[in-house]
Amino acid sequence: MSALVADARAQGLLSQRLRRNRLVLTSSVLITAFALFWLAWILLATLTRGFAALNPSLFFRNTPAPGDAGGLLNAFAGSLVMVGLGTLMGTPVGILAGIFLGEFGKGSKVATAVRFFNDILLSTPSIIVGLFIYALVVVPMGGFSGLAGSFTLAILLLPIVLRTTDEMLRLVPSQTREAALALGAPYWMVILKVTLRAASSGIVTGVLLAIARISGETAPLLFTALNNQFWSLNLGKPMANLPVVVFQFAMSPYQGWQQLAWAGALIAMLAVLLTGILTRIIFAPRKP
Amino acid sequence: MNTTGAALALNLGAKAQPAEEAQASQSQDPAQAKIQAEGLEFFYGATQALRTINLSIPQGKVTAFIGPSGCGKSTLLRIFNRMYSLYPGQRATGKVLLDGRDILDPDTDLNWLRARVGMVFQKPTPFPMSIYENIAFGVQLYERLGHSQMAERVEQALRQAALWDEVKDKLKSSGLGLSGGQQQRLCIARAIAVRPEVILLDEPTSALDPIATLKIEELVAELKREFTIVIVTHNMQQAARVSDITAFMHLGEMVETGATADIFTNPREKRTEDYITGRFG
Amino acid sequence: MERHFDEELKQLKERLLTMASHCEKMIHLSVKALEKRDLEPANEVFALEREVNQLHLEMDDRAMKLFALQSPVAGDLRAIMAAMKINAELERIGDQAVNVSQNTFQLLKQPQLKPLIDIPMMAEITESMLRDALDAFVRHDTELARQVCLRDDKVDALKDQIFRELLTYMITDSSTIKRCIDLILISRNFERIGDHATNIAEDVIFMVKGQDIRHQGGDGAPELEGRSWH
Repeated sequence: MSALVADARAQGLLSQRLRRNRLVLTSSVLITAFALFWLAWILLATLTRGFAALNPSLFFRNTPAPGDAGGLLNAFAGSLVMVGLGTLMGTPVGILAGIFLGEFGKGSKVATAVRFFNDILLSTPSIIVGLFIYALVVVPMGGFSGLAGSFTLAILLLPIVLRTTDEMLRLVPSQTREAALALGAPYWMVILKVTLRAASSGIVTGVLLAIARISGETAPLLFTALNNQFWSLNLGKPMANLPVVVFQFAMSPYQGWQQLAWAGALIAMLAVLLTGILTRIIFAPRKP
Repeated sequence: MNTTGAALALNLGAKAQPAEEAQASQSQDPAQAKIQAEGLEFFYGATQALRTINLSIPQGKVTAFIGPSGCGKSTLLRIFNRMYSLYPGQRATGKVLLDGRDILDPDTDLNWLRARVGMVFQKPTPFPMSIYENIAFGVQLYERLGHSQMAERVEQALRQAALWDEVKDKLKSSGLGLSGGQQQRLCIARAIAVRPEVILLDEPTSALDPIATLKIEELVAELKREFTIVIVTHNMQQAARVSDITAFMHLGEMVETGATADIFTNPREKRTEDYITGRFG
Repeated sequence: MERHFDEELKQLKERLLTMASHCEKMIHLSVKALEKRDLEPANEVFALEREVNQLHLEMDDRAMKLFALQSPVAGDLRAIMAAMKINAELERIGDQAVNVSQNTFQLLKQPQLKPLIDIPMMAEITESMLRDALDAFVRHDTELARQVCLRDDKVDALKDQIFRELLTYMITDSSTIKRCIDLILISRNFERIGDHATNIAEDVIFMVKGQDIRHQGGDGAPELEGRSWH
C-alpha cells in the first residue's frame, strides 16, 4: 500500500473517531444537563417559595391551627429529639457490629450472612420498618409515641453505619494492623488505637450521612410518632416532626399551612446541605 | 549432590577462607545462633509452602534471604515473629528456637516474642498519629515511662534511625505527612524503640526511590552493631551490599546458605549460580 | 534464559581466542626464523605484535565496561576476571616472542653455532601448552588445564639443559660467547612463554572451579576440589 493511500486511510479513521468522540461527549453533556435541570428546578422552587415563608417566628412558635399564624418550633424540636435518640441507639450497635465484620469476619460464613442481611435491611422500604415498629411498640403501648419514632429511625440508621464501618475498616491496609501487632500490641488495642483511628474519618462521615438520611424519613414516622399539634417532648406520646408536618401542611387547603410546609422543606434541605459541606470540610483528605 | 537441608558452612566474620578452615566449619556452633530452625515446614491450608528448612541465623550479623518470587522467603521471615498466627489456616510444624526456646510452641507468649523480635514491612506503615505517638505506642506497651524519659526514648530511636534531624521540629505532626523514605525510617525507629534483639526487614526498600534506599542500607549497616538483622530482598545487589550471610531459597526449599562473598563469587549449587546471574527468576 | 550479556561474554572470549592464535603464530614464526636463518618470519612477528597490543587494549576496555554496566557475579564474574588475566599473559607471550625475534636478529649476523634441537623442542612444547590452555578455556576443561601445568617442568628442564650445554661451549671457545648468550636468552624467552601458558591454565581452573591454585609449588600437580556441577 502506498504511503499516500495509507495516510488517507489514517486520516479517514481519525476524523471518524473524532466525530464519534464529539457525538458521545455531546450526548453525555445533554443528559447530564437534563438530570441537573430537574434538580435545579426542585432546588429553585423550594428556595423561592420557602424563602418567601421564612421568618423568625418559625423558630419560636409552634404549629398553628388552620388560619392562625405560627411556626415550626415543635416540629424542629421533635425531629431533633427523635433523630438524636435514634442516632444514639443505632450508632454504637452499628459501629460495634461493623468492627465485628471488618476485623473478625474476613471469610467466615457468619460474617457473610450478617453482611447479606444487613444489605437487605439497608434496602428495605422504610415504611415496612415503620409498620414493624407499629406492631411491636405502638400497639402494645396503646398509642403513637416519640419513642417508637426513635426506634424506627435507629433501625433505619443502623445498616448504613454498619456498612460504612465495615468498609472503612476493611480499607485499612492489613500491613498497618500487622505493624501494630508486630510491636507486641494485643489485638483489642490494635483495633482500638490503630485501626479505628485510621478509619475514624470514614466512619464519622458515614454516621453523618446516615443522620442526614434519616432526618428526612416520613412514611415510617406516620406509623410510629405520628404528629403533635402542640409542644411536647414526652416520648410516650406522639411527637411532632418536620417531615410529617410538611406532609400534612402541604396536602392541606390552607394557605398558611402550605407556606409553612415550604419553609419546613427549605429548612430540611438546608440542613442536609450543611451536613454534607461540614463533612467535606472537616474530613477532607489531608494533603501531605 | 546438593546441600539442601544440610547445616551451612559458615565462617563467621572471616571473609577470606583458607581451605583447611573451611573443612572445620561445616557445622554451625549452636551457641552462636540467635535463631535456629529445625525441620521447619509451613502450610497455607493444604498447600505446603516451606519444606524442611534447617537454618541458623547468627547473632549480630545481617542475614539476607534471596530467591525468586514465591520461593517462600517472606513466609519464612514471618514465622520468626509468629505473624502468621493472625491468620487461621496457616500453620507451621517443626521447631524454631530463639535463644534456645521454641517459639512454635502454642504456649509461647506472643507479646514476649514480639517484644524481642521486631518487624518492618515492605510498605511504610506509619500509624495515623503524630510522629511522637507513633514511637511511643510500642514503648508504652511494655514500660511505664515518665514524660521526659519517653521523650528521651523517642529521640534516641529517631537518632538511631537517622531521622531525628529531619523531624525534631515536627514531632507533633502526623506521621502520614512524611515522604516515603522518611516514613520507612519512622517505622524502623518505632521498631527499634522497644529495644528488640532481632529486627526482621521484609523488602524494606522495594517501595522507595534509590536515594531513600541507600539511606536505609546505610542504616542497616549501622544497626547490625546492636541488633541481629534478617532481611528479605528481591534485589540481589542489595543483598550483596548489605548482608554478611546470604540464604538462597527456591520453591520453598533452602537451597544454599553461606558467607555473602562466597555466594556471590563462587556458589556451590547450580541453582544458586543460575539465579544470581539472572538466568532465571 | 538467553541473556544479552551472554552475547557480550561470547564476543569477549572470541577476541581473546583471536589474540591467542596470533600468539601461537608468533611463537611458531619466531622459531622458524631461527631454524631457517631467515628474517622474513621475524618481520611477520613484529607485525603481529602490533595487532596483539591492539587487542590487549581492546580486551581490557571491554572487560571494564562489562564490570561497570553488568555487575557480574559468580561464574560470570570469574569468567571476565580470567579473561582479563589471560589477556595480560597473552600480551607478555607476544612480547617474549618479539624478544626471541630480536635476539634472532642479533644471532643471524654470525654463522650458525650448532644444529638446534632443544630450542625448537621448547618452542613446540610451549606452543602446544598455549593451545591446550586456550582449549581448556573454551571447553571449561580443568583436566586439560592441569596437564598444561605439569608440562611446564619439561620446559624448565630443557632450559637448564641448554644452559649447561652452551656453558661448555663458552668455556672451551671464547669466540662463541656472543652467540651462546643470544641462544641462552632465547631459551629463557621460551621458558617464560611456558610460565605464561601455565598461568593461563591456572586462570582457567580459577574460572571453572572458583579455586585459586596459584603459588602451590610442590610437585606442581594441583589438587582440585570436586564441585557438584562442573
